[in-house]
Amino acid sequence: MFPLSSTTDSTTEAPRDEIRDTEIARVIAALDGAVLDSLVKPNDDMWIRVSADAWVATGNTLKSLGYSYFCFLSAIDWMPSPFGKGEDDPTDPPKERDTAVKQGYTGGSTRFQVLARVMQPFSSLGINIKVDVDDAAMAIDSWSGVYAGANWHERETHEMFGIGFNGHPDLRNMYLPTDFEGHPLRKDFPLLARIVKPWPGIVDVEPLPGDDDEEEGEAS
Amino acid sequence: MSLLGDRQQLAYIASQAADARVNVELETEGMTLNIGPQHPATHGTLRIIARLDGEQVIWAEPSAGYMHRGYEKLTEVRTYPQVTALVNRIDWLGSFANEVPFILAAEKLMGVEAPSRAQHIRTILFELSRIANVSLFLGDLGVQLGAVTPVFFAFRDREYVLNLIEAATGGRFHPNFDRIGGLKEDLPAGFIDETRNVMKKLRTFCDQIEDLLFGNEIFQSRTRGIGVIPKDVALQYGMSGANLRASGVDWDLRRDQSLPMAWNKVDWKVITHPDGDSFARCWVRLQEVRESTRIVDQLLDTIPAGPVMAKVPKIIKVPEGEAWVSTENPLGEMGYYVVSQGDMGPFRVKIRSASFNNISIVPWLLKGVYVPDIITILASLYFILGDIDR
Repeated sequence: MFPLSSTTDSTTEAPRDEIRDTEIARVIAALDGAVLDSLVKPNDDMWIRVSADAWVATGNTLKSLGYSYFCFLSAIDWMPSPFGKGEDDPTDPPKERDTAVKQGYTGGSTRFQVLARVMQPFSSLGINIKVDVDDAAMAIDSWSGVYAGANWHERETHEMFGIGFNGHPDLRNMYLPTDFEGHPLRKDFPLLARIVKPWPGIVDVEPLPGDDDEEEGEAS
Repeated sequence: MSLLGDRQQLAYIASQAADARVNVELETEGMTLNIGPQHPATHGTLRIIARLDGEQVIWAEPSAGYMHRGYEKLTEVRTYPQVTALVNRIDWLGSFANEVPFILAAEKLMGVEAPSRAQHIRTILFELSRIANVSLFLGDLGVQLGAVTPVFFAFRDREYVLNLIEAATGGRFHPNFDRIGGLKEDLPAGFIDETRNVMKKLRTFCDQIEDLLFGNEIFQSRTRGIGVIPKDVALQYGMSGANLRASGVDWDLRRDQSLPMAWNKVDWKVITHPDGDSFARCWVRLQEVRESTRIVDQLLDTIPAGPVMAKVPKIIKVPEGEAWVSTENPLGEMGYYVVSQGDMGPFRVKIRSASFNNISIVPWLLKGVYVPDIITILASLYFILGDIDR
């Protein structure tokens, strides 16, 4: 009664998402070569990575394609933290840590990436746009002329990551004192509370028996 | 003929010169007014610097950051279950609603889905936090305009809702109740009947506020046509929630997004208002409280049986990937962009809070308004300081 073979076939086939597939094709065509990489997760979300030269043009194009709602703009520091999870005993000698930069979706080649998200209202289709920030220049063009809401987000990103935004009207600090040194959300900025005193919560995350076969862990 | 024309012209020039002289003599000097950080008319520690010309604002800039707690940095040294205790404190009036999108993002990365009973209860608690949050707004609104009575009504009736949240979760303000894969516990006995009673009280509260405040002539004249935000400006500033719907944008993430929550299983309306002024924003919020009580009532009737927790490992490791989940929180769109590198804690979390975007329109919006309207406009935009600074 139930054709098992055909059902297994349909489940092994990767799920498709017609709406997002056609949408990303439309975006890539409109951006005309600026897209370096793209990704669609079916029934979830869309990602594109664009070249830094085309950053403002990308914003303008997306806006004209109906992505009129500005969601957020921020950055990601892909360098693994030299302090780990901040759970080291400060009296121990510093640990050797993996320093290889591991990029996320749509790849990339630099330590810092700026990440923005815009949405089409009503359809709730959103697109995440990433752009590599050149390590030497540490600046990209500003979106504040494209989406007015980007103004404050860029100020925040500038303060937290030290990424400049060319053409931004006013990159003053939002949160920190003007003479504050360092960029707190960079991975190499230590979380001082964890440096001066060992994290007492470490006892909570000690490996439990059965850590190896956690896949079959029981429901709590 | 020509003589008359010359005389007219001369008179005109003379009058212009006289005007200029008067302007020089009575030169109106600009003045900078500092409102806050500690001021009774600001919610918390937001400081507004306004440059005035007479009674008119020519430039205004909110200065946030007095409550920055660095949650994005702190999430990087926490495990996933620990993060909910942090994000609770972003919008502290509707704290349960802050946990939900983060948990949904982690569940999305792990490929776990909460059982339908947990989804229902989550939605109920989400809407209860919306009611608790927005009912305080409705009372506070009166205080901003000099009406003292509504705030007592609001605090009284919000207490009923907080009691419900406390009964279910153990915490009045910071439930920390949502877990990856479901909820900490099931609902307590008697919760459903009690909630029905409270929802009736809240509907009465809405009627009272509508009578007391929204029908009031002073309230109307202070809010109608003040602080108008057009649709396209609201969108490009990323305004969300009731502020966006009050500008006539019919967009609600509860309806327009498919999330593993129970909103699409009940019958309710998205409230919009075409005006985009302060009155519209307040009115939309009032109606949304009513809709929320309807949502809760219907969900109480249809809670499915079953467990409230899915099968998840004891030690939660989230596979590599990136996920974005946002929900329609009491203040607007609240979302988390979670980057996981296969650890027990997130690699990076970007917290997109509603008030940050909602308040970033203030420099644009306050240009040209009169000083007393600053307070009305800020009150109607409705922000929570913790939600701006994170």
